[in-house]
Amino acid sequence: MTAAVNTQVLVNDITSALKDKPGALLPILHGIQDAIGYVPPDCVPDIAKALSLSRAEVHGVISFYHYFRTTQPGQQTIHLCRAESCQAMGSDALEAHAKQKLGIDFHETTADGKFSLEPVYCLGNCACSPAMQIGNDIYGRVSPDSFDAALAELEPSA
Amino acid sequence: MTITVYVPNDSSAVSLGADRVAKAITAEAEQRGISINLVRNGSFGMYWLEPLVEVVTAQGRIGYGPVQASDVASLFDANFLQGGMHALSLGIVEELPYLKKQQRLTFARIGKTSPTNLNDYLAHEGYRGLANALAMSQGDIVKAVTDSGLRGRGGAAFPTGIKWNTVLNTEAEQKYIICNADEGDSGTFSDRMVMEGDPFVLIEGMTIAGIAVGASQGYIYLRVEYPHAHIALDTAITKAYQAGYLGEDIQGSGKTFHLEVRLGAGAYICGEETSLMESLEGKRGLVRFKPPLPAISGLFGKPTVVNNVISLASVPIILDKGGDHYRDFGMGRSRGTLPLQLAGNIKHAGLVELAFGLTLRELLYDFGGGSASGRPIKAVQVGGPLGAYLPESQFDTPLDYEAFAAQWTVLGHGGVVVFDDTVDMAKMAKYSMEFCAIESCGKCTPCRIGSTRGYEVMDEIINGHNVDNNVKLLRDLCNTLLNGSLCALGGMTPYPVLSALNHFPKDFGIDEPAQVA
Repeated sequence: MTAAVNTQVLVNDITSALKDKPGALLPILHGIQDAIGYVPPDCVPDIAKALSLSRAEVHGVISFYHYFRTTQPGQQTIHLCRAESCQAMGSDALEAHAKQKLGIDFHETTADGKFSLEPVYCLGNCACSPAMQIGNDIYGRVSPDSFDAALAELEPSA
Repeated sequence: MTITVYVPNDSSAVSLGADRVAKAITAEAEQRGISINLVRNGSFGMYWLEPLVEVVTAQGRIGYGPVQASDVASLFDANFLQGGMHALSLGIVEELPYLKKQQRLTFARIGKTSPTNLNDYLAHEGYRGLANALAMSQGDIVKAVTDSGLRGRGGAAFPTGIKWNTVLNTEAEQKYIICNADEGDSGTFSDRMVMEGDPFVLIEGMTIAGIAVGASQGYIYLRVEYPHAHIALDTAITKAYQAGYLGEDIQGSGKTFHLEVRLGAGAYICGEETSLMESLEGKRGLVRFKPPLPAISGLFGKPTVVNNVISLASVPIILDKGGDHYRDFGMGRSRGTLPLQLAGNIKHAGLVELAFGLTLRELLYDFGGGSASGRPIKAVQVGGPLGAYLPESQFDTPLDYEAFAAQWTVLGHGGVVVFDDTVDMAKMAKYSMEFCAIESCGKCTPCRIGSTRGYEVMDEIINGHNVDNNVKLLRDLCNTLLNGSLCALGGMTPYPVLSALNHFPKDFGIDEPAQVA
């Protein structure tokens, strides 16, 4: 099977498993993004059909929520907090360092496909600002040095 | 005898290395042939001491912190398992002034117990509130909550009992309980601590709410940024079902309550209750017009209680000890306790649960110990990104809903973000407008367009272009946002913007005295 067919099977499996829940669209989109890292625009018609929604409605939901993405992310997505508490502890400088180090801006992915960088507005780690999240791992009191160390730990071969 | 060692698995403690410390302690004990019982507990919320390791001794739980994995061998050398002295010794944790001075009702168990261990929960007064509730009439449960004086801890401070009473008295085949766990305000983490550190208390509170108003289905709308809380909640819910605390015929009472966690997707606006319900229904999180009130026509058009995590987690102790017990704490119309969260540039950041009435200054200096940087505190934002900035001259305000409202500030969810004198308040005002623009749902014009215009105007002011006229324009725009927005996002963004302008005009390049909004 080709990758595209694989994805379609996966999307259909997730959709049919969840479609009877009340308010099923968000759980379905989460299921798809958890499985393949993003919500491929190609799968919108299938989801719409399964839920008796228009394609516009499904697209509208995907584009409304910051968390859902329609392009493949890097192997790791770095969520950098830029809310007030982190700003009070130097997140602006950390943000500048991260962008410079990775050579990308927010919402971009490094050319080697390793890292995506996304802003986030609060991780609830405000007592240990500035904070970031990579995958499910949360980091506190992040400095430029500890940022570099966290990245180095994630790519041991580099 | 096997010695019990506690290492928190609260995500903030983990963000500082608690998992590595736990692993190192286990490995070191094994290597030395010592049998220990390592328990992962919640955090007491003294984050400058995290990872905080505790050892159970005859004298009590003795603490060491902040511990890094590299400290573990020396802790064993110092015989910490018998409470031996070490450079990181803190003594008996319960006796630490930061903790001892607090009045912990909602957070009574957090830090002491293993969060997802139901037996531990039951051994620490868990499910006593539900046991009482099951023996009461629905009206009496609602009355106990009303009598307690509990007001919505999410920020709006609406009396919880009145909300419940409306749902109880609205006839419908299906009703819902929603827990708003979309804790998006910067500087707040008390909801997260409850969900990670004592998930059963939230489940118990929601179950009581369901029984009180006749709702058989509950949803916890959890923000996707909280993966650790998600795991803790799902684990605890599964155990509660297995033990007959959720599902059909709860504890043989014939009552039914089902509970499910639903994830948000990174939209701040979904913390607004009507937008949250749209999201739960699988739609874009557009704010609804009110009326109808959610209590009459809420989720899927059915009567719905929407309460914040802390509100619902305060219900079990109210039903256990009675409304009067809870009501005896606090001042004026702010009854009970508020879990305050000290964040940002503060030396002793963490959670402080206290009866209403302490002043902000006491919180900042007696508990917080001043700024982390050691520089003077210039401004404090209380109540999240939609809360006003308070200058030093307002630090003597008591932490009370009405006292805060009287001077155009917001107590909200109790988040306190501290800034030292290096902060540029014009930049913060610009950020508030930017945040509103990013997070606006787009339904109403003042918020959708006004936030972007506000961002542009702030840019002009910061660049020194035509400052006097642009400040006038900014005030005019804020007036439109305040009075013309559909919900609090647009309606309250002027709070941080105008408070920054009024109290710190120099940062905006003007010398005029404060002008009230």
